[in-house]
Amino acid sequence: MDDNKIDDDHFSKRFTEKVHCEKRASMGQWRSVVKEAIDRTVIIAKFLCLLHVTNNYICSPTLVYGPSMLPTLNLTGDVLLAEHVSHRVGRVGPGDVVLVRSPRNPRKMLTKRIVGVEGDKVNFYPDPANSNQYQSAVVPKGHVWIQGDNVYASRDSRHFGPVPYGLIEGKAFLRVWPPDCFGRLDQ
Amino acid sequence: MANRNLVWNVVKKSFTFGIIGVTISDRYASVVPIRGASMSPTFNPIATSLTGPMTGDYVLVEKFCLEKYKFSPGDVIVYRSPCNYKEKQVKRIIALPGDWVGTRQTYDVVKVPEGHCWVEGDNPECSMDSRSFGPIPMGLIQGRVSHIVWPPQRIGAVEKKYPQGESNPTNSTKTQGRERSSFS
Repeated sequence: MDDNKIDDDHFSKRFTEKVHCEKRASMGQWRSVVKEAIDRTVIIAKFLCLLHVTNNYICSPTLVYGPSMLPTLNLTGDVLLAEHVSHRVGRVGPGDVVLVRSPRNPRKMLTKRIVGVEGDKVNFYPDPANSNQYQSAVVPKGHVWIQGDNVYASRDSRHFGPVPYGLIEGKAFLRVWPPDCFGRLDQ
Repeated sequence: MANRNLVWNVVKKSFTFGIIGVTISDRYASVVPIRGASMSPTFNPIATSLTGPMTGDYVLVEKFCLEKYKFSPGDVIVYRSPCNYKEKQVKRIIALPGDWVGTRQTYDVVKVPEGHCWVEGDNPECSMDSRSFGPIPMGLIQGRVSHIVWPPQRIGAVEKKYPQGESNPTNSTKTQGRERSSFS
């Protein structure tokens, strides 16, 4: 009787030990899988953060299309590199090609050339196709006057007036596509 | 050698945290202090002249609204000043594109153009807002103020307030008085 009991006890002890061992092993396996997944996610998150910072604070590629900048940029679509440093420190001046958030539709970006900065007097043709009359305007404080290179097909400051400097999001400085036009954008 | 390793580790860690912090504050939410009395009594309800050095409120600014640029009148927003790009201002949206706004001083009625909004401070006596520089482009908006996070006794959501409610003088003086007494 006693023997039997001891055996039973012994067996059950061993059995529970075995189960524990298995459990521990599977737990450990799970733990390592979860740990690896977390590690991967953290690496990807860090990479995305780095991408965001580079895109927003250093430089980013932009696809530009449309007829408004025609002699400088092609109609069908150019890829430009825009840097985001100089507009933050206020070193954007007349002649620079800038990316501007459209004052009419905040979800759209425009690529235009700065013609005048605050305090400048700007002469412009409101309707160059039909009349030769020009108007002049003084750019108010904290604003810039932007215009497309192709005055015949461009919606710019001639229509919506000077835009606040805070809408400038970057300065285009290099064209990377198409390959035969690779090079700096001239002022 | 161990020292150099330690320094390198610290630099690496702080760089990573900096990048993550900047990303979160750019894309999701950030906390900014509020200076000035232009939004009193919503923010900074204690007048400067009465209490000496002002302790500004800290507010949580959420940036999810920038994906679609969908706002409603009564929202409190942070935007870059149209006169000075380095300055950010906090004001309340009064009108959206297509609405008509009456200015108080000149009794003109102005239509807000497409893609613009009309912003005003809650404290009309000392506020530089659309009444002086006109409607602002929505592209200047940097985020929507959702909560006050500091000081602790003022923690809470920022409620939408419509200009109609603001025109009720008895109501506003009553709340102002209550807030002031609870602080003195």
